[in-house]
Amino acid sequence: MKEGVIALTKRFKVVLNTKWCKSCGICVEFCPKKVFEFTSDGKVRVMREEMCVGCRSCELRCPDYAVEVREGEEE
Amino acid sequence: MLDIKKYLRLSKLPHIWCPGCGNGSVVRALIMAVDKLGLSKDEIVLFTGIGCSARTNVIVDFNTIQTTHGRTLAFATGFKLMRPDMKVIVITGDGDGAAIGGNHLIHAARRNIDITTILINNSIYGMTGGQYSPLSPQGTYATTAPYGNIEPSFDICKLVEAAGATFIARSTVYHIQLTADLIAKAIAHKGFSFIEVVSQCPVGYGRRNRMRTPYEMLMWQKEHAVLVQQAQRYSLEEMKDKFLIGELFVNKEKREYTELYEELRRKLAEGGEG
Amino acid sequence: MSLKEDVRFMQGNEAIAEAAILAGVRFFAGYPITPATEIAEMMALRMPQVGGVFIQMEDEIASIAAVIGASMAGFKAMTATSGPGFTLMQENLGYATIVDIPCVIVDVQRGGPSTGLPTLPAQGDVMQARWGTHGDHPIVVLCPATVQEAFELTIEAFNISELIRNPVILLSDAVVGHVREKVTLPDPSRIRIVNRRVTNLPPEQYKPFAAGPDGVPDFAYRGKGYRYHVTSNVHDEEGFPATYNHKVANELIRRLHKKIEFYRKEITYYKTYRVEDSDVLIVAYGCTARSAKDAVNMLREGGIRAGLLQLQTLWPFPGEVVEGYAKRAKVVVVPEMNMGQLVGEVERCICRKAVRINRVDGKMISPWEIVDAIKEVFSHA
Ligand SMILES: Cc1ncc(C[n+]2csc(CCOP(=O)(O)OP(=O)(O)O)c2C)c(N)n1
Ligand code: SF4
Ligand code: SF4
Ligand code: SF4
Repeated sequence: MKEGVIALTKRFKVVLNTKWCKSCGICVEFCPKKVFEFTSDGKVRVMREEMCVGCRSCELRCPDYAVEVREGEEE
Repeated sequence: MLDIKKYLRLSKLPHIWCPGCGNGSVVRALIMAVDKLGLSKDEIVLFTGIGCSARTNVIVDFNTIQTTHGRTLAFATGFKLMRPDMKVIVITGDGDGAAIGGNHLIHAARRNIDITTILINNSIYGMTGGQYSPLSPQGTYATTAPYGNIEPSFDICKLVEAAGATFIARSTVYHIQLTADLIAKAIAHKGFSFIEVVSQCPVGYGRRNRMRTPYEMLMWQKEHAVLVQQAQRYSLEEMKDKFLIGELFVNKEKREYTELYEELRRKLAEGGEG
Repeated sequence: MSLKEDVRFMQGNEAIAEAAILAGVRFFAGYPITPATEIAEMMALRMPQVGGVFIQMEDEIASIAAVIGASMAGFKAMTATSGPGFTLMQENLGYATIVDIPCVIVDVQRGGPSTGLPTLPAQGDVMQARWGTHGDHPIVVLCPATVQEAFELTIEAFNISELIRNPVILLSDAVVGHVREKVTLPDPSRIRIVNRRVTNLPPEQYKPFAAGPDGVPDFAYRGKGYRYHVTSNVHDEEGFPATYNHKVANELIRRLHKKIEFYRKEITYYKTYRVEDSDVLIVAYGCTARSAKDAVNMLREGGIRAGLLQLQTLWPFPGEVVEGYAKRAKVVVVPEMNMGQLVGEVERCICRKAVRINRVDGKMISPWEIVDAIKEVFSHA
């Protein structure tokens, strides 16, 4: 941790199980931080994990149980 | 934190439903409810009938029994009477539960037998490819309503209330936390409990009815659902194309069926006339 | 301990109810229909007395569904009905066969089709009992001719159904159902009771639809760690749908049929009367066998050596038995209260024509009708 950083920012790991994900786009729409994106071939992927605020909206709404949000180490 | 995998049959995943289908979310809500209540997987029997909704019990690690189209509540009634110690839950669809199984739904509600029924209402017959159901709104399109459905639909919650159920609620897949909370209440309720979950079938219904994505369908749910506590804020006119969600009806007075039967047996054993 | 036999006058329907209780039935679901209603009424009275459950369901579809549900919970369960109700039960009957769930269905036959002759006897459901539900399925059908037989075959119906984990149909009729006759009830300790085999494997190793050489899987009670799946679809040994797997489908359907073949001898019941030297063999079942027996005596008095083969197991059709007894007979006669249903099976097995006697007007076939038909054959010979 760097000197002078006052707030502790939590980091989250957004784990996408690509075997279960059906690229329905629900997480893409509901993520407040636009962490997910469609690739050019229509697959949903985690693109901006560092933006994740851990709201777990994606996890709760994924009808395929394909996303898991894990709390990472504090930095 | 809920460890959903603890309740799933991982070898049966990914499940067979289409992308964005609401069934997976209903299963999640059920698992959230079971987890909240602290029930063991062994004490739950999850019955289903036929349809996409019936596939819900393939993926959960409870005692799971899929039966014939519409007849689930009758099977579950026989089971529950012999094993009143077990939590019997039924998942059905709008065709399975409100069309072919409508009569069994009415009579299970009338008896007030301690079974929790979750009716996934996706406004369509999903499994057979998109035919209209008794809960498809008038004017919507289906493969068997290519010119628009001229049949009026009905309010299944009101029907079940009139039939005598003692816990009735409605929710949506969009309101998944509410759905989980209501399922938990329904399971904890002694008597026949019923919850209608308005869900999305993007493939059989959405595509034909100007909702291109699962997201749009979820937003439709959000915009058309009104929490029962907030219903007064809306005029009758405004409520016309909306529906109520939340706990709609509770009756704690009416006696439960298996209990009444047990009481009858006890009286006979004591030498009474019953 | 002294054994005590109990001699009583009973109606057929009453005997069925009493026998079922002795066989261990603890769940009855039904819907009123003549001429079967007395069984439900008896059960409404008796079930709660013996710690069981009686429920009047909203229809026959629900009745058999509840029965299967109760049997899935591990209890012996039954329903009773007549033609129209039996027809409604067919889909769920098929369900019970594909998921290896035992249960007993009593069909007290009346004249059909449709509501037909609501209070009068018939034997028109022989083929429905065999082929009423769709698809290739195993089934056992037992058919009593007297109240005593109704009693005994009810117990056997439960025993067979538990032994092979399959529905068994007791095909009675309005005559046997309503006639009042002397019945000797054996001492309960003398009654052979069969219960379904229960697994001794731990839950991790248990496969609900895996079976040994007899094709019958072991049962596991719920609530004790055995959280297996059951589906009406073609399924693998673990119970999960395998609807795109031809091999699994083939194995499952063949296993279901193997159960019957494996136990065929044990589940074949029949009676013979004066067949040792018979030139005329009457093959009959149910209430018609009563008249056939009298006809045998009358024919013998008239110098015709007749004998009776009374089939109690109709399905699986005891072809070898029929073939064996028909061998020395010059004439085989099949009287039935239908347009000729079982006679086709008989002819198939004996490879020649049988004399048919059929009646569909709600009246029993009388001994004289049988005698006359046979005399007629001999007058041309
Ligand atoms: C007796 C019978 N009739 C018809 C069918 C065909 N069938 C299978 S699923 C289904 C409709 C299911 O619709 P619904 O209950 O709305 O469930 P969903 O598939 O939408 O979840 C039908 C008609 C059947 N299996 N059995
Ligand atoms: S919601 Fe789930 S299934 Fe849909 S795209 Fe996101 S991760 Fe994939
Ligand atoms: S937890 Fe919230 S912020 Fe993080 S990826 Fe999921 S939806 Fe986006
Ligand atoms: S057809 Fe509809 S209900 Fe069935 S799986 Fe697909 S989206 Fe779900």
